[in-house]
Amino acid sequence: MKYAAPTTVDDARSLLADNPGSRVFAGATDLVPQFRGGRPSPPLLVDLKHIDRLMSLTHEDGQWTVGAALPTSQLTGNAGFTAAFPGLAEAAGLIGSDQIQNRSSLGGNLANASPAADSVPALLVNGAQAVVATADGTRTVPARDIATGPGQTSLAEGEFIIEFTLADPPAGTGEAYLRMIPRSEMDIAIVGAAVRLTVDGAAVTDARVVLGAVAPTAVSVPDAEAALTGAALTDGGLDDATLAAIADAASTVCNPIDDKRGTIAYRRQVAGVLAKRAAAIAAERARNGA
Amino acid sequence: MSRTHVTCTVNGDEVDFLAADDTSLLDALREELGLTGAKEGCGTGDCGACSILLDGRLNCSCLVFAPEAEGRDIVTVEGLADGDHLHPLQQAFLEGAALQCGVCTPGFLVAAKALLDENPDPTETEIRYGLAGNLCRCTGYDKIVRAVQEAAVQLNGAGK
Repeated sequence: MKYAAPTTVDDARSLLADNPGSRVFAGATDLVPQFRGGRPSPPLLVDLKHIDRLMSLTHEDGQWTVGAALPTSQLTGNAGFTAAFPGLAEAAGLIGSDQIQNRSSLGGNLANASPAADSVPALLVNGAQAVVATADGTRTVPARDIATGPGQTSLAEGEFIIEFTLADPPAGTGEAYLRMIPRSEMDIAIVGAAVRLTVDGAAVTDARVVLGAVAPTAVSVPDAEAALTGAALTDGGLDDATLAAIADAASTVCNPIDDKRGTIAYRRQVAGVLAKRAAAIAAERARNGA
Repeated sequence: MSRTHVTCTVNGDEVDFLAADDTSLLDALREELGLTGAKEGCGTGDCGACSILLDGRLNCSCLVFAPEAEGRDIVTVEGLADGDHLHPLQQAFLEGAALQCGVCTPGFLVAAKALLDENPDPTETEIRYGLAGNLCRCTGYDKIVRAVQEAAVQLNGAGK
């Protein structure tokens, strides 16, 4: 296995075209364990961290641009970013240890396509767009279209994510991510729930709910979004009927696996609880930010 | 297999070595440079025994490919002491018996240094979260946490 560290997107594209079967990487926090587990190693590893565009974080004209290979510690350490996207920052800050967060990236978390990827539900509720390097240019697709199943993506051979764009959340928007793990730290989610709400006065005007770790990919919960849209928001937060509807909708949309970390029944129940709690936090943040 | 020539700074000294591209930085440090302080525990980034500072940031050297070290600044546990004078963290670990078998200790020391470099006066909770990427099978962690607290007091008292 050879290593290459291109400094431009064009050079990376050429290396990938000239070396079929190559893999791109940023932190290799998922790649190294895969190789250790016996996954065949590619002929060439293309390190994306020397391409400035993939390592930058900018905020211009109402839009954040996050380099796909930027270590997540640099996102969670950016006060402006964490203020704009508290749920996404929370999710990124839950992935592994400090050691891991100095390597892990949003691009890697999405392209690795683990159903349990913590940052993905939070990326999706924010409507992130992925700018993808293709064989001869770039294409921009919703981040939700990247992962298609466990370990599977819509990226063609030789394609890689350059960056994500996230529009500034509208005024009165709050966002939260919660996950359940069997231990208190350093574990993989058995359920993740991201909620983003926008409020105007005393009512919710926009709602997005995405669950992780309970289906082959992160899943939206349209029935919960419908229950939230138009819901009244008072000093007491969302009313009990709305919260119950969110929980029911989240539990229903789940299509989880049974494994050593959690049973299907447990994951379904916890998905409802976390969706409800994340919605309550998002509502509180939306009111404070309104 | 062809080997790549890598030049980097390790513990303040410019060094170079040859390594196959798929060698981990951990293996290069241990086998090419003879720096055997960093240990391989899991080899998958879970245990922190191989912790080093890469350009001042805490990393698992088992997850870093050796050629990635080109031009970078690396600190290993061997770089903590000032000659024969132990770093306050090392002294506190020694005096507080914050180790038993010792395999995890180099990783804990480097992770604790990274933590104190960033946050010179951490709370106990911040220490426990800051060291959550390092596993110890012997001590039960309490003595490690207390040693880091003691080292923080020493470092702050010394006006550093």
